Amino acid sequence: MSAHICGDYKTSYKEDMVLFQTKFSKFWITAFLIALCVVPIFLDNYTLYVCNMIGIAIIGALGLNILTGFTGQISLGHGAFLGIGAYASAYLVMDLGIPFFIALPCAGLITAMFGMVFGIPSLRLKGLYLAIATLAAQFIIEYLMVHMEGITNGVLGKMVDFPSFMGFSFDTDLKYFYLVATIAVLATMMAKNIVRTRSGRAFIAIRDQYISAEVMGVNLFKYKLMAFAFSSFLAGIAGSLWAHYVTIITPEHFTIGVSIQYLAMIIIGGMGHIIGSIFGAIFMVLLPELLRVMSGSLSGHFPMIVNLFAAIKEGIFGLIIIGFLVYEPDGMAHRWQMIKAYWKLWPFSY
Amino acid sequence: MQAENKAAESPVLLEAENISLSFGGVNALLSVGFKVEKGEIYSIIGPNGAGKSSMFNVISGLYRPQHGRILFKGRDITPLPPYKIAPLGIARSFQNVELFKGMTVIDNLLLGRHIHMKAGLLSGGLFFGKAQKEELHHRAVVEDIIDFLEIEHIRKKPVGMLSYGLQKRLELGRALALEPELLLLDEPMAGMNLEETEDMARFILDINQERDTTVLLIEHDMGVVMDISDKVTVLNFGQLLASGTPQEVQEDPAVISAYLGDEDSVFLAGRAG
Repeated sequence: MSAHICGDYKTSYKEDMVLFQTKFSKFWITAFLIALCVVPIFLDNYTLYVCNMIGIAIIGALGLNILTGFTGQISLGHGAFLGIGAYASAYLVMDLGIPFFIALPCAGLITAMFGMVFGIPSLRLKGLYLAIATLAAQFIIEYLMVHMEGITNGVLGKMVDFPSFMGFSFDTDLKYFYLVATIAVLATMMAKNIVRTRSGRAFIAIRDQYISAEVMGVNLFKYKLMAFAFSSFLAGIAGSLWAHYVTIITPEHFTIGVSIQYLAMIIIGGMGHIIGSIFGAIFMVLLPELLRVMSGSLSGHFPMIVNLFAAIKEGIFGLIIIGFLVYEPDGMAHRWQMIKAYWKLWPFSY
Repeated sequence: MQAENKAAESPVLLEAENISLSFGGVNALLSVGFKVEKGEIYSIIGPNGAGKSSMFNVISGLYRPQHGRILFKGRDITPLPPYKIAPLGIARSFQNVELFKGMTVIDNLLLGRHIHMKAGLLSGGLFFGKAQKEELHHRAVVEDIIDFLEIEHIRKKPVGMLSYGLQKRLELGRALALEPELLLLDEPMAGMNLEETEDMARFILDINQERDTTVLLIEHDMGVVMDISDKVTVLNFGQLLASGTPQEVQEDPAVISAYLGDEDSVFLAGRAG
């Protein structure tokens, strides 16, 4: 954000801190928000389903990006934290009869507590060692989800209702879209504000140079736990929204594969960039859907391809992640900045 | 050179008492003790591996010494963790630049304001009212430091892209942002050319005089050390060799032999004169 349109000079620090600085970006963000309200009305249910999945993935990916991208603490247990949110919300609503809009933040807070407990090793462990510790969290939580049958109903899975609020039920894809979109926008704003204020700077400082962060007065343990808590909170919210959308949850939905998928989202999208979580979530949700459409249209010519679909999907996933690591290690967010920088002075970019 | 201007009996700000620190069988520091008085520029010099940086790490709480205590304004700070020592009024820079490379210059300086800020996760996330006012206030403070260090042109650059000299200067700025009473500077002039060294010396003098900050300095550039210091302590192999005014230290036979060996003592004596 160093240079802007010539002549756009700011006269106060407050102006300099505004998120959307130019009229151009203000216009587009407003247009985007209006489109978010209007466009879904004209979409079919399948497209809305995909959009809802993207929205939920954005919330989860924001959480993981705060923890891994900004604070530098690798987590391989994000999928399990989604599961905690899903089961907590399901239990609160279905078994205890608590209204959804109270159960949703509660599910987030319960997941945050779990996240803090599993974040304790981060004080001593770094990098790969922490990854193994969070991997343990993944398997412990999976084990609990299978065996605490009183709460989770074990491998049989738990039925969950669509959320309702004062008699209004979010029982269609369209209604659910507005719910997910609102929460996703709020979560994005919240995350963006956090990373540009005191706590977020402490997070980044821990990632970049933890020794000098501590000497500058940052309590490492407190802020690492805070990052784990906030990350798991968002995971819990995403898990809860997911549970009430697909309406049946089993432990198989929250395996290590999901954790790795979320890691892939932030790597592809861009670690340490809020917008990276959004790009990554869109990409990772759309990719399998696109592959499915492509294999469907090709099946007329090559009947074998439907059987091969699962294997091809995994293979292409892997190739794309490797491709990103090699050619765009900073993710789509970096590419996005380059594109913006190019158009800023277009066509006179001398 | 300035010792006469300051009150002779100014109170002791920092006192190291009998500090001994060893790693396994290696003695990094052996019963080292010195007193830094308020308002001084106090230098620690010595050959490589003498224990200077270890001393800084003990003061800022990164190392815990086996023996001895550090007293800051009469309070024993030896057992405190680093993040509790910073708010008491001690800030430091590092020998090898340890900035936050992914952040901009402004954000690096704002991180230095961490201990003076209050906003938590929630109020920061909402960025409304108090949290916003706080950000604005500290932005203004940080802009003062940017102005003081003459780094306006790079304020929004990511730190990883800056030249070494500017990074060193920014490290000084980040420590200044804490508004410390005692500033520990670990080789601020290392690897700098003459002009940059002179700039840095000017900044240190200004900080000492205008911002009323006591400075504890590690530096290898003897010209600078002898010019700006009120007192000098010499360490060698973890042991205190000599303490005193620059003049006294330069004439100390133990110091001369440690630096140059007995035969060549003429050289240092010549420089001092």
